[in-house]
Order: sequence, then structure tokens, then C-alpha cells
Amino acid sequence: MTVDMRSRLGHVELPNPVVAAAGCAGNGRELAQFLDVARIGALTTRSIMTEPRTGNPAPRLAETPSGLLNSIGLQGPGIDAFLQRDLPWLLTRGAHVIVSIAGGSVREYAELAIRLSDSAGVTAIEVNLSCPNAEDAGRPFALDPAAAGHVVGAVRGNARYDIPVFAKLSPDVTDIVPVAAACVSGGADGVCLIGTVLGMTIDPIRMRPALAGMYGGLSGPAIRPVAVRCVWQVHEAFPDLPIIGTGGVQTGRDALEFLLAGASLVGIGTEILHDPSACSRVLRELEEELAAMGVDRVADIVGQAHVQRRIARNPAGHSGG
Amino acid sequence: MADAATAPVQVRGTVLTVRRVDAYYALTFVAPAIATRFRPGQFITVAVGGSANPSGGPASSMLARRAFAVHDVRPDHGGTVEFVFDAAGPGTQWLAGLRARDVLDAIGPLGRPFPVPRDPSSCLLLGVGYGAAPLFALAARLRERGSTLDFMLGAASADRVFGALTARRTGRSLTVLTSDGSLGARGPVTLMLEQVIREARTEVIYACAPVAVLRDVSALAARYEIPVQAAVDLPMACGTGVCMGCVLPVSGTDGVTRIVRSCVDGPVFRGDLVRWDDIGTIPFDALGAPGWKPRGPASPAAPATPAAPQTRHAG
Repeated sequence: MTVDMRSRLGHVELPNPVVAAAGCAGNGRELAQFLDVARIGALTTRSIMTEPRTGNPAPRLAETPSGLLNSIGLQGPGIDAFLQRDLPWLLTRGAHVIVSIAGGSVREYAELAIRLSDSAGVTAIEVNLSCPNAEDAGRPFALDPAAAGHVVGAVRGNARYDIPVFAKLSPDVTDIVPVAAACVSGGADGVCLIGTVLGMTIDPIRMRPALAGMYGGLSGPAIRPVAVRCVWQVHEAFPDLPIIGTGGVQTGRDALEFLLAGASLVGIGTEILHDPSACSRVLRELEEELAAMGVDRVADIVGQAHVQRRIARNPAGHSGG
Repeated sequence: MADAATAPVQVRGTVLTVRRVDAYYALTFVAPAIATRFRPGQFITVAVGGSANPSGGPASSMLARRAFAVHDVRPDHGGTVEFVFDAAGPGTQWLAGLRARDVLDAIGPLGRPFPVPRDPSSCLLLGVGYGAAPLFALAARLRERGSTLDFMLGAASADRVFGALTARRTGRSLTVLTSDGSLGARGPVTLMLEQVIREARTEVIYACAPVAVLRDVSALAARYEIPVQAAVDLPMACGTGVCMGCVLPVSGTDGVTRIVRSCVDGPVFRGDLVRWDDIGTIPFDALGAPGWKPRGPASPAAPATPAAPQTRHAG
């Protein structure tokens, strides 16, 4: 039996729900050596800014138990080089491209949305809200619902109407639902949950922080339960909001967990560093899991854990919803 | 990016042997697709601590792939690959515990190889510790082309000098230096570099060593106008170019400094183009540094890659 793996990203249909997450797929060329980028649901680019950027000094990475801490600092070529070199290459390979954008101000995000709307072939825009807000003493946009909503509003207002805008949120907040709510009010077509969790590790031999940037974003299976919880909470609050669930997915079964929690698409991030063919492997494993469960369409199981929980809590009344 | 004949491949290779070599370990595994594509200077990455494919075994809690320069490839069993490592951390200790017939998830060959001079040249091959491992496949290639080889090997102590026997057999000369004087002369490997360069009339230097040594070698070679091909060994997490962890500042031939990845733009760099003293920092004049402004027409769009490493003789 084959499972219908087609999935929706806002109003756009993707061949399947497996998405390469931002920052873990390079700009496509690196991954294309190990898999066909056209076969995965979509590929999210590294976060693009208006200008070229060197990023942070090394050491930028540290391994922690079942996790990876990174402090790359948004190294990138800038939007001009991206549009000249990287995007056309991805399009010739037939990839569905989600362009992640990052900015230091609302204006920079808006400018990026305009530039991307002028070029053909952008499947969706993902707004990386974990960047420091230069107008708020470097506090990340994602930590303040008003700032997050403001950015999303600026991007939505400047992006072409047919390009879905997804807001990528940080888990480093007391309650993620109000941030998601602000993004929805700002016009977000969906949210991506979650970005990395702020962490730190100290090298006991050298007696100093392992990363040059001191703190880093924790990713990998270590944060998967945090990500699943965030997806659950946001889906509970906004059952119709499309969610890209991202955080420590290593296998098809992990991807299934996110779908059940309410994500309609699943991002693969750090596992790509560990296994560059992870996206195609997870897709295959997920399809096998679904077939074994007798599921016809992947869309049918999105949010099913919420349904099953309601049934378990109220067995008599479940037919009434 | 690369065509099928040179592009890296991901394989599940069967381990043939794990053996001790003085203070180090050498692991040989079967991987014909890597062995046939390999050129000296390139490296592989392996997944450690369990399967990279969790459906094939318990998942590892160590997510960073470990990168190793390839020591040698051989044609037996269709093609084998050997690398040398120091079992200094949990990942390498796991590797040291592998046995024959265990399976290793490996990717390679990765990175840019050493450029080899077209004409016979006087080549100095300098290595520190097990970092010297990639020099021996290079030596075989250089000898095929009629070059003469002089070796300099350095290490903390005698049991950490790698490949002295092979170097003695294949080289015209071998100079060994150890920090504790337990083998050869006492001192850093650069102590006798000038003397060796003069006596051997060195025309090109290949060096695999810690950054501080590569810096000193490059500085001295610049005085003698000798090109240096330096293989850096910076910590990597993926080896394929996606994680952006293994970066260093390198000048392009256009004079613009870029922060490049040692995994895809290296690991072999021209010694005169690497900004050795600025490794671990972001130089203020690097493309995209804070406060950086474009000079004239669009250098941002220029390839992020520095000029391909070449020697004066390169063909």
C-alpha cells in the first residue's frame, strides 16, 4: 500500500511533509551530493540577510549529550549573492525552496520580503525571529510577542500575496502561545516550531566557555521533547494553523511524533549534519510507519494525538466531539 | 558541484582492522567507492557512538561526525581506506573499540586534495604527531612524478612521532624533533626548518600540523619564496559544508579576506593566503565583518571560495 504523502504549506502543495530545516542544508549544493533535493518536501535555506555577514569567531560548535550547541552568527553571502547564485541553482534542480530571512530591524525584514517577491520560484518565506533586534538592545524579536508580530506584519505586508509567510519561533519564552498569537495577528500563514534553545557549555580543561560566542543554540534530540510540547500547545490554541515541527528529528518515528502533536510538516535539522541523507531516509521511514499503521493519507494523522486524548478522557462523548 | 567521479559518497564500510601504532590507532575499513575517488590530502568523516541510521541500531548521543585525514588507500577487498587517530575523547575511544566486521558509517573523500607539481621538484613534507598521516599517500604520488622528498616529523615524544620508518624508506632525508628529546633533536619541528630548506634546496613545502606550526612554516617559507601547501586540522561537525563550524579567515587572490570553511574550501590551503594570526577571530576587514562596506563593484557575489590552491609548478 502506498501512502499519500502530499502535504500543505499554507496554500502550496508539497510532495511530502519532510523539510530540510534552516541552517542545516546549506544552500542546497552541499546536500545535493547525497540526495535529490527535488524529492524532499522542501528545502529551507540558511537565514539570508541584506548584506554579506562573517558571523561569529570560532569555536562555533560544541557537542553536548544528544545535542549540538552552535553560535554561527548568521554567516551568509547577503541577498544579492543569494538571488544571483544560490536560488537559481536550487530552482534548476527542481527544489521547493523555503527562504529563511533574518534581520536586525523590522525594515531589514521588509526589504528582504520585497526582494524575494521580485524573484520567481520562492515557495515560502520563513521569518527567523531569533535574531537580535538592534532597536531593542539586541533582544531577539521572538522573545517579545509585539516585536514578533510587528516583523511578521511587515513581511506579510511586503511579500507577494501568493507566498506563504511562516514565523519561526524561539522556545526561550515562558509561554509560546501568545507569541504565536501575535504572529497570527500579524498575518502569518503558519509557524515553524522551534528554533534552538539557548544553552552553554564550559570546557573544564581550559576553564572557559567552549564557544567563542559564550552561549549557543542547542539543537538535536536533546530538545525534541521541548519542540513536541511547543507544537502541542500551539496546535491546541490554533487547530487550523499550519505548523512546521522541528527539533531533534532523527527517524521516521520521530517525525510521526510531530505530526501527531499537530505539525503538518516536519523539519529535519541537526540530524542532517550527522547523516546528510537524513531527509530521504526519514521520509522513507515515515512512509513505512504510516503504511504499517494503515494510514492512507499523511494529512489524516496531523494532530491525531489531540483527538485520541479527547477520546481517552471522554469515551462516551467522543462522537459529539 | 563535483562530478560523479570525484563527488563524496556515504557508505557503510566493514571494519577490517583496528591496530595500535605507538600512541595512536589505525583503522582500516572496506570502502571501494571512497578508495577509488581518493586523492592525497582529502579526508573522511565517520559517525561515532552507534549507528548514524537509528533503524540500523541504537542511536548515538554523539551527533558531530569525526573527521580524519586519509592515511592510505589500498586496492585489496576492492578498495580499503585507513585513517589514524588518537583515542583522546569519547568518540575516538568508541572507534578504538571497534572490531573486525563491525560496520562504520563513513563519508568521503571530502575536501580539496594537495596540488601536485607537474615537474619533478624538491619537496619537503612536514608533519606533527598523527597529523603526518596524510603525507605518505602524497609522498607516493610525488615519487611517481620523480620528485625528491625530504621529511620533517615532530611530536611531543618518541611514541607520538608518526611514520618515521616509512619516511626514512621513501625520503631522501628525515629530520625528527620531539619536545622532550626522546627521539631526534629536542625542540619544535620548526627549529631546524631553515637548515633543512637550505640543504635540500626545497621548492615546495607540504605541511600538516597545528595552526601555530603552520603559521611559522608559512612565515619562514615566505622569506625563501617557497610555496606552502598547508593542511589545517580544525574541529568539524559535519565535513560537508553545512554546519559552518570549521571556519578560518583566508585572503582570496583578489585581496579580499573571506571567512571560509576548511571542510569544503580546504583542508589544504596556500600558506601565504591563510591569515594564521587571525584564526579564531573575525578580522575587521573580512567580507561581511561588522562595519564592513563593499568596495567598488560587487565583490560579495564573487565565489566565496578562495583561489584554488596551486603551487608554482601546478598543472
